[in-house]
This record gives sequence, structure tokens and C-alpha cells, in this order.
Amino acid sequence: MSEIMIRNLHAGVEGTEILKGVNLTVKQGEIHALMGPNGTGKSTLAYILMGHPKYEVTEGEVFFKGMNILDLDPDERARLGLFLAFQYPVAIPGVSVANFLRTAINSRRKADNPEDKGIPIPQFRTMLKEKMDLLKMDHEFAGRYLNEGFSGGEKKRAEILQMAALQPEIAILDETDSGLDIDALRIVSDGVNALRSDNLGVLVITHYQRILNYIKPDFVHIMLDGQIAESGGPDLALVLEEQGYDWVREKSNPVSA
Amino acid sequence: MARTVVTTTRKKSGERAKEFNFTKEMIPINDGSSDFVRNYRENAWKAYQELAMPTTNDEPWRRTDLRKLKASSFRLPVNGDRSGYQEVPEELLEPLVSDKHAGQIIITPEGAETSTDQSLTKLGVIFSDLKTAEKEHPEILQKILGKVVKSDEGKFAALSSAFAEDGILVYVPRNVRVEQPLHSVLWGPGIDVAYFSHILIWLEEGASLTYVHEAASTDEPQGQTLHAGLIEINVESGADLRFVELQSWGEHVWNFTHKRALVGKDANIDWVFAAVGSHLTKDFSDLDLVGEGAVGKMSGFYFTDKNQHLDHDTQQNHFAPNTTSDLLFKGALMEESRSVWQGMIYVAPGAQKTDGYQANRNLVLSRQARADSIPGLEIMADDVRCTHGATVGKIDPDELFYLRSRGIALPEAERLVVEGFFEPIMQRIPFDGVKNRLNQAINRKMAQN
Ligand SMILES: Nc1ncnc2c1ncn2[C@@H]1O[C@H](COP(=O)(O)OP(=O)(O)O)[C@@H](O)[C@H]1O
Ligand SMILES: [Mg+2]
Repeated sequence: MSEIMIRNLHAGVEGTEILKGVNLTVKQGEIHALMGPNGTGKSTLAYILMGHPKYEVTEGEVFFKGMNILDLDPDERARLGLFLAFQYPVAIPGVSVANFLRTAINSRRKADNPEDKGIPIPQFRTMLKEKMDLLKMDHEFAGRYLNEGFSGGEKKRAEILQMAALQPEIAILDETDSGLDIDALRIVSDGVNALRSDNLGVLVITHYQRILNYIKPDFVHIMLDGQIAESGGPDLALVLEEQGYDWVREKSNPVSA
Repeated sequence: MARTVVTTTRKKSGERAKEFNFTKEMIPINDGSSDFVRNYRENAWKAYQELAMPTTNDEPWRRTDLRKLKASSFRLPVNGDRSGYQEVPEELLEPLVSDKHAGQIIITPEGAETSTDQSLTKLGVIFSDLKTAEKEHPEILQKILGKVVKSDEGKFAALSSAFAEDGILVYVPRNVRVEQPLHSVLWGPGIDVAYFSHILIWLEEGASLTYVHEAASTDEPQGQTLHAGLIEINVESGADLRFVELQSWGEHVWNFTHKRALVGKDANIDWVFAAVGSHLTKDFSDLDLVGEGAVGKMSGFYFTDKNQHLDHDTQQNHFAPNTTSDLLFKGALMEESRSVWQGMIYVAPGAQKTDGYQANRNLVLSRQARADSIPGLEIMADDVRCTHGATVGKIDPDELFYLRSRGIALPEAERLVVEGFFEPIMQRIPFDGVKNRLNQAINRKMAQN
């Protein structure tokens, strides 16, 4: 059973500290929600876990599969089984969804076995169609250039499609619900739920409670100003919905309250 | 207080490269050469002597410096000389646009080897090397030689006209539609050699043809080789030509080319340029839309590495009303390589309802590489639509991060982005064999790093 274990993580960008000692563990099979107002460092945490070169870690560790992954390249982390569904996926002009996914799958196979000839095309096609059906996507989607001209909803669906195809052990979904109408949200959530298993741990980052009606978390954490200020069960999200974040702020910082 | 005097020696621009030491006696005269051809070459020789070696003071040559050309070191290839000769690699002889071709000509220092389908000859199609054409088709040469590109258009045009014995004549008579493609290869191995080539493509009214020509050589680590060539194309009314040029010279070759296509009334040309070779290239390619309703498409692919320098000068001339031109050139640059694209759309007075498009996109893959992109419009008519765009960019690090976050290692991620960058050009090349060759070039160049 693998888990990702974040220990006292301090990190920032260009000398500004954004994460100020984050502690969090997500195990395979669990769903955690990470909530918090805009600008508190949720995306920063997601990027750092995936190894974005722009951010600098100043203190702390992140363990995954028994090693501190902070020294690994993003692609090495991905091949270990980590996945990030981006809040703002970038377009890769001229590279089709299918070509891209096949390259990603083959990269893993080659890393495991340098002699590997790559996934047989018919097998790849069948797999991709299956996953697209799961997300109620038209099959012509496979031929479109990755994220180029995609609507907000299509981008988010494409992220979950990638997750379905790459079968990570720990997935971070950064604001996968934002910009989705209720139908799209349902499709995306159904997709995630269909992938739910003992082999998948998920960290759902959101600042709305809404998505948690569809993807039911086992644990809820609240991030304020670069730290986890409060953790609890699924009910915590409902408390937030009713009362907002002020009470958490007061509780975590009683002096200034 | 001590004063520091800084003296900077300014680059002496405009300094001339050495002259070649070719002589009039080297002009090829064959048994079969007609007076017309002899005169043509002698006049070209005169023009050559009158024209100075271009310098960076000459506007079209501003970004391409010839001072390192060892002009005096080149000799003409000696026929039948096998010293240091290398066979043409098999892969160059593969058909590139379908599973077979109707004719193939391979020109090497050994001579020309021609194989043509019987059916071609029956249709009256001429597909012949230039030497043979001098003997067998003097009347055709008299009609078309030097009619599209003038010998005195430039130093290298004159040089090619005077000396080119290697060449191809493609002539398709009226309303003949050649179904299978034609293919030719010019193979120029060795160093210190000067190769001159002259390609003539003439489609009479209503004719149709697909033709692929490749110029290639070994890669020599030391020394230089010269190639100067002309391509003259005439697509008469209602004719339709798909022409693919592959420039695969070794990275020691200095390559100078003048090309022009005349496109007649309601005629069509689809012209593909793919350049991955040579040390230095200066190419002039003109599309002259001379008949009403003429359509020309130019698609350029270039990918440079090491210290390659490719300079493409394109001209889309709308001389008649209702003409359409569509140019897209895309290039990627690695290491210390450099590219120049300078393009002009010209719309002549009275050429109303023309539609001209040009775009040049560059992807610079290293800090030391540099791409210059200079579009231009000169419009003398008022009812026209002309658009252009030029960009020079780098790989977006966020794209690389995105790809890497899916498990794709950095070199592969870069290759994927480059492949995607070229996709719009690949879309314009309807020939899988050509696309494969270009993708191989991308992979080969990117794997070396
Ligand atoms: N690349 C960056 N450069 C400068 N500041 C940044 C950068 N990325 C994030 N920040 C800052 O870090 C803080 C946290 O941002 P972010 O992680 O995106 O928050 P969240 O995802 O919780 O909304 C914000 O104040 C934001 O302005
Ligand atoms: Mg965010």
C-alpha cells in the first residue's frame, strides 16, 4: 500500500514563502479534500508535489514509495505513480490526445523495460475508447490537438481521461470542478468515482464544497496561509459551507482575532 | 585618472569573398550540344564574369556572409572518377510519394542512370537527364531553357547556367496526366567539388504531374563542397503540378539556388520545400502567378543544427487578377544554427481579387541559435486580401512540465513539442514517405543532443 507523506514542507517562489510547514498524508484507497480560500497555496502544493521547476523547497520532505521524491524529476515522479490534474492545463499545439497518451504510456513501459517495443496500437485504441466512453467523450476527441481550443469542460475531462489511461496510485485534482456546469461536473465526478479503488488515493483540491457532493471524501483539510489549519471528516466540508472560513482563521490565529 | 581606451574593430562587412577559379574552358560542350545551348552557356559565362561576388552590402545577402567560402578550392567533378566515390544510399532511392514511381533518374559523378516506365514514353512525356536531352530534345530545350530563370539574375544563377551539365528535363504534353510520380536524385559526394544542376519542369496545358527531387551527399567532417543550381518551372493553363524538393546536402556543402515557377491561367502548383542539410544555403524561390485564376501553395520545412545557416528568400508575385498564393514556412533551430526567411508578396497593378497569404514560424531550441523572419507586402492593386505573420519563439517551459508530469522524459517531451510544431506543415504534405523522412531527420538531429 503506497502513500504520499508530506512533512513540514516549506516552499516558495522567488524568495517569497508560500507554503509554511505543510503536513499531510494521503494513502492509496483514500480520498482527501483540500479546501481553502483563493491564494492560500493549494496549487503551489500541487505543483511542488509534481516537481514544477519554478518553485523552491526550503524545508521538509515528501515521501512516496519510501523515497524523498523532492530530488526526482517530474517525469520520474509520474512514472512512480503520481498524477496531477492541472487547474489550468496548457495546450500542446499539433500533438493529438492519442499521440500524447501513447507516448506517455510508452515512456512508462520503456522506463520499466528498455527493450519494450511500446503498447500495441490496437490494444491502445481499445483502451482509449473504453476510457473515453467512461467520460462520455466523443471518440473524435482522440484526434484533437491536446487542449487546443478545448472548452473549460473539455480540458477538465481530458485531464481525467489522462488519469484513467495512466492509472496513477496517487492523484491530485486541482480545482477540477472550477468552470464546470452541473452536467459536466457530474460527468467528471462520475469518471473519478468509477476510478475509485483501493489502488488509488486522491487529493481533491477545491474552494467550493459543491464537488464534494459528488466525490465523497474520507477526510477534509483546510488550508490557510500556507498551512493545514484544520483536518476532519466529511462533515468539516459542510461546516465550511455554512460558516465560511472565519472560524478556522480565528481558531488557528486567536491573537489577531 | 587613468583612461581606458577601448578600440573595437568593427566587423568589416561588405568585404568580398574570393572569386572562384573557374574558366571559360570548363563550360561543358558535348558532341550533341546545339548552338543554342552553347550560346546560352557562353552568355551566362559573360554574365557571371560581369557580376561581382555578393557581399553583405547587397540587400538579399545582408544576413548571409560568404567570406568563409573557399571559392578557389573547387574543381568540377571528373566524369567516371571513382576516387573516394560513395554509392548513393539505398534509402534515397525509395519511392516517397506512393509505392512506386513512373520514372527515376539518379545523377552521380559517374553519370546519369534513368529508368522510366514504357507508358510514359507512349504518352509523350519526356523525363531525361540534361545531357541526354541535349542530344535527343534540342528543340524542347530551345523552347524552355533559360525562359523562367534568367542567367543574369545573380552570380550563382549565371554560374549554374554556364556550367550545369547535371540536370533533369521533365516535359509533360498537353492534357497528359501522369498518374505515378517521378523521382530524381542528385548525389554529390566528396569535398572540393563544385556541382552545378539545372532542372527544367514544363507542364503544357491541362497536364498533371507529381515530381520529387532530392539533392543529397555524404557528410564530410572537413572541407567544403559547392552546389549551385537552377530550377525552372512552367505550369501552363489548367495544368497541375505537385513538386517536392528535399535538400539533404551534407553539412559541408555551400548551396546556392535560384528557382521560379510560372503558373498560368487556372493552373495550380503545390510546392514543398524540405531543407535539413547543407552548411550554408541561399535560396531564391519565386512563385509567379501569371495567369488569371492561378493558384500556388508553398510549404517549407527546415530544421537546422550545429552551425548550419539556411537563408530562404521567397517571392509571391501576383501578376494577374484572381490569383491565390499561400505560403507557410516552419523551421526549428538547434545549437548554433541560424535561419533567415525573407518573404515578399507582390501584387501588380490591376491584379485585383488576389488572395495572398504568407506565414513563417520559427522554434528556437537553443540559446545560441537564431532565426530572422522578415515578411513583406508590396501591393499595387486595391481590391486584394493579403495577410502575413512571422514569429520566432521558444519552447514554453509550461508545456514541457505538463508533458513531463505525465511521465515523458525531457528529451522525448521536447521532441513531441517539436513534432507538434511541424504538424501544420506535415498536414500540407500529402505524402507519407516524405513525412517519414522529415520525422526521421527530426529524430536524428534531436537524438544527437
Ligand atoms: N509563480 C508565482 N509567482 C509569484 N507568486 C506566486 C506564484 N505562484 C503562486 N504565487 C502566490 O502564492 C500564493 C498562493 O497561490 P496558489 O498556490 O495559486 O493559491 P491557491 O491555489 O490556493 O489559490 C498566492 O498569493 C499567489 O499569488
Ligand atoms: Mg489554485
